[in-house]
Amino acid sequence: MSRLIPFFGFLLLVALFGFGIWWNTQHDQREVPSPLINKPAPAFVLPKLDDPAQTVSRDALLGKPYLINVFASWCIACGEEHPVLMAEGKSIGVPVIGYNYKDEAADAKNWLDKHGNPYDTVIVDREGRTAIDFGVYGAPESFLVDGKGIIRYKRIGPLTPEAIEKELKPAIAALAKEQP
Amino acid sequence: MTPHRSPVGAHFVRDNPTKRRAWGRAQSALLQLALLFFASLAFAQAIDPLPFKDHAQEVRFQNLTRELRCLVCQNENLADSNADLARDLRHEVFNLMQQGKSDEEIKQYLVDRYSDFVLYDPPVNRNTLLLWFGPLVILLAGAAVVVVTVRRRGRAGAVITDDKPANEGDDW
Repeated sequence: MSRLIPFFGFLLLVALFGFGIWWNTQHDQREVPSPLINKPAPAFVLPKLDDPAQTVSRDALLGKPYLINVFASWCIACGEEHPVLMAEGKSIGVPVIGYNYKDEAADAKNWLDKHGNPYDTVIVDREGRTAIDFGVYGAPESFLVDGKGIIRYKRIGPLTPEAIEKELKPAIAALAKEQP
Repeated sequence: MTPHRSPVGAHFVRDNPTKRRAWGRAQSALLQLALLFFASLAFAQAIDPLPFKDHAQEVRFQNLTRELRCLVCQNENLADSNADLARDLRHEVFNLMQQGKSDEEIKQYLVDRYSDFVLYDPPVNRNTLLLWFGPLVILLAGAAVVVVTVRRRGRAGAVITDDKPANEGDDW
């Protein structure tokens, strides 16, 4: 029996290796969990894409939950995400705010004209300065902010129908329950 | 993102001395100089110039950005990365320095936004206990196995030499 111990050790290592491979297929190794979940969204004041004279601020948005979707015309994954937002954006039950990240205004407008505009409002962060406060490190990213201005959920990478169904909608439903 | 090219340097010449022998010494020296010149150009372009107050501040900046991870190219530090975000964060670090923030405050600023992940030297806390002490635990477990095995063999060996000296290993 004791002679089989190395064999069992080997099996254990094989199992560990298999588990590692399985785990990596389920998780994105490059994903950096945001420390901002359940913390107040950073204060921001950003101009609107269609009228830069008008601004949207965190404080003006207080009171109702909303989804911020970071996108850019140069971002390829945003192109994958776009049809999903077009199809489901209106059905999630909260306003979707487009966050145009490090983009040219003209490019962003062309992109929205060409592919359709799924956003209730589009705000512009040309330099990406406010995005650093949000911990954005790529596009697309999405933040669900509740009525008190707290970030409740973050999606790194494209919103897929599956992510909307399994993560975003439950998070929004939880918000609706909290509010009197 | 974009692969970080190491600057083309004098290695090229040094690594192939036989092929270069036919060239005159002066020519070779000139070539080396030219290569060095272009190498420094490439380097200057990779790392954008920042208006440092003095050399000490520049050294401090370099040391600090070397300890911070680029979020985009995750195997690169902020000092080396050519990613757009890395450049923005370098500027952010530089601005915070100008405001008189300490290294710790600057690190905390980034950790608040991007989590401990930005630190190449992660702090010891509940989440990193396994990271920090896991190897030690495994080492101790291994040592324990060795000690137990050696002792058991030693004891078994003593018994064997008394009873049946030679053919212990042949029974399977």
